[in-house]
Amino acid sequence: MERIEQLRHTYLRHDKKFPHVWCPGCGNGIVLGSLIRAIDRLGLTQDEIVLASGIGCAGRMSVYADFNTLHATHGRALTFATGIKLARPELTLIAVMGDGDATGIGGNHFIHAARRNLNMTAIIINNQIYGMTGGQYSPTTPYGAHAATAVFGNLEHAFSIAELAVTAGASFVARGTVYHVPELDRLLEKGIAKNGFSVIEILSNCHTQFGRRNQMGDPVTMMRWLKEHAVPAVKAGDLAPESIEGKFTIGVLVDREKPDYLKEYERVRAEARQKAAEAKP
Amino acid sequence: MSGTGAGRRVLLQGNEAIVEGALAAGCRLFAGYPITPASEISELMSLRLPAVAGTFIQMEDEIASIGAVIGASLAGVKSLTATSGPGFSLMQENLGFACMAEVPCVIVNVMRGGASTGLPTSPAQGDVMQARWGTHGDHPIIVLAVSSVADSFEITVHAFNLAEKYRVPVIILSDEVVAHTRETFVLPGPDQVEVVDRMRPSVPPQWYKPYADNSRGVPAMAAMGDGYRHHVTGLIHDESGFPTQRGDEINALVRRQFRKITNGFFEIQMTRSFMMEGAQVAVIAYGSVARSAKRAVRMAREQGIDAGLLQLVTLFPFPRKDVDQVLRQCKAVIVPEMNMGQISREVKRVNRRCRIITYNRVDGQLITPEEIFEELGG
Repeated sequence: MERIEQLRHTYLRHDKKFPHVWCPGCGNGIVLGSLIRAIDRLGLTQDEIVLASGIGCAGRMSVYADFNTLHATHGRALTFATGIKLARPELTLIAVMGDGDATGIGGNHFIHAARRNLNMTAIIINNQIYGMTGGQYSPTTPYGAHAATAVFGNLEHAFSIAELAVTAGASFVARGTVYHVPELDRLLEKGIAKNGFSVIEILSNCHTQFGRRNQMGDPVTMMRWLKEHAVPAVKAGDLAPESIEGKFTIGVLVDREKPDYLKEYERVRAEARQKAAEAKP
Repeated sequence: MSGTGAGRRVLLQGNEAIVEGALAAGCRLFAGYPITPASEISELMSLRLPAVAGTFIQMEDEIASIGAVIGASLAGVKSLTATSGPGFSLMQENLGFACMAEVPCVIVNVMRGGASTGLPTSPAQGDVMQARWGTHGDHPIIVLAVSSVADSFEITVHAFNLAEKYRVPVIILSDEVVAHTRETFVLPGPDQVEVVDRMRPSVPPQWYKPYADNSRGVPAMAAMGDGYRHHVTGLIHDESGFPTQRGDEINALVRRQFRKITNGFFEIQMTRSFMMEGAQVAVIAYGSVARSAKRAVRMAREQGIDAGLLQLVTLFPFPRKDVDQVLRQCKAVIVPEMNMGQISREVKRVNRRCRIITYNRVDGQLITPEEIFEELGG
C-alpha cells in the first residue's frame, strides 16, 4: 500500500485535476496505473516523457499524469508526437488513444506511424464504442452489437487493432486487457523500452455506453468476460480453432527489429552535409 | 548562384526563396505532403534541411503535416509546412489548435484557383478569407502575402519572426505567378537577417505558468523536455494550461489572445506605398497583382493621371490604418483581385469616403497592367 501511494504522489497531478471525468469502474484508470508502474520500473524521469493523447475518454489521461503532456486534436496524437520526436529524439514519446480516436478518425495516421517506425509507443484503449459522445458505434464495435447509432444492431465489421498494427509494420505489437493487470504492466514496459514503433492494444470495459446497451452487466461482469475470452498468444497456435472461436489473443504478437527512422535520418544528414561541403567552391 | 560576401545575387523562383527565407529565419523542421504548385518547397527542404542538422519529413497527408509542425514547435524547433488550397483546407483543424495553444509556426499556401481541386496550376487569390477564418471559432492569426521572389525571402523571415514574437501561426499566401517565376535578387548573408526567437521562461519550473498574462499578452514558452513540465491542450484553458469552464478564465484567455495581436498592430501592419504622393486615384493590391498594379500606376502617371499604389503585405490583421489614409486622400480606389472580391470587402469596411471599385478575375489568368491601367482611366 505504501509503495502505491508513493507512485501516485510522484506521477499524478494534484491541484485542480481531480475528480477525473471517468465513470466509476472505468478501465482507463487501470491503464493509467499500469502505465505509471511501467514507467517507474523503466527508471525514466518525468521530464523525459511526453504523454500525448487524442480526444475522448482516453484522451483525458494526459491531464492527470505529471509528464510533458499534450492533449491533441481527435485522431492526431501520433502526428503531434511525430513532430516532437523528430525535434527532440532524446524524449520518450507515448501516445494514448481510444479505438475511435486511433482507428476511426486517426486510422490513416496510425497505419503510417506503424509503417514509418519512429521510436514511440502507441497505447490504444479499445472499449468498442465512442464513450464520451454518448455510445455511438466505433470501428471496433462488433457486428450486430448495439450502439446509440446502431439501435438495430451494427452492420459494420470490427477492426482487430493489434493485427492491423502487425500488418502495417509496427516493430512491437501486443494486446492486453484491464483484467490482466500484472501482464499489462509488463507489456507496457516492453513496448516503451522497445526501440521502434510499439503498439499496445488494451481491451477495456465501457459498461456505461457499451455494456448497458448490450446487456453485458456491471464493470466486474465485463471484466470477467475479458478474463474468459482472452487466450494467451503463445498458446493460441496449439489450440483447436473451434475452441478459440469468438475469443481474442493476449500477450506479445510481434517483436521484430526494423531500422529506426531517426537512426536512418542521421545517415541522410551526414550525406547531405558532405554534399553541401562538396558544392562549396 | 554566384557571388561572394555577405549578400549575393541569386536567381531563384518564389518557392525556392521561401525555403531560403525559412532557413535564414532558423526553421529546422519541415513536414509536408506533395501538392501543386507548392511541391518545390518540400523538395528543396528535403535537400537543404539535413545539411543544417534539421529534419524533413513527408507525412501521410496535410492534417499530419501540420500536426508534426506543431509538435516540433512545442519541442522548441521552428517549423514550416507548405501546401495549396485542398491541403490548406485539411490543415484548418490543427491550425485552430496552434491558435488555441499559441504555438508559433508558419504555413505557406501557394493558392490555386477555384473551390475543391479547382485549377491546380493557375494563379488565383481565392483563399484570403479562408486564411483568416478557415478554422472554427474566434481566433487570432496573422496572414501575409508575397508579391515577388525577393518578397518570398523577406516576408518568410518576417513570418517566422512574427510567429515567434506573438506565439501565433502565420500564414503566407503566395500564388502561382510568384511561386514559379524566376527572378534575381540579393540574398542577404546570415548576419544581415534579423531573427527573433520566442521568449523562454526565466523563472524556475515550479513557478512557470505557460499561459500567464503579461504586458504584451504573450506568455513565455518552454520547450518540451526543458524541465518545465506542463499541459498543452486545444481545450479552453486557464493560465496553467489546464481545461477550464469558468467564465472569468475563458474570457481572460480569449481576450488576451486577441489583445496580443491588437497590441502589436502597428508592427504587424506592413504595407508599401508607391507614388501615393498627390495621388487622386489609387490601387490597393496584394500578391502578384500588386506588381501589375505598380506597372499600371507608372503607365497612368506617364499619361498625367495622379495614380498611386498601396500594396498590402499584411492581409490580417487588416491594415486598416494605412488603408484609411488612402481612402481619405483619394477620390477613387481600385481593388483588383484574382477572386470574386475578398479584400475589397475589407477595404469597404474601413470607410466609404471614396468610390471603391472592385476588379475581379477568376479565369485562371493573371491580372495584367493594362487591365488595371484601363480602370485607372487610362
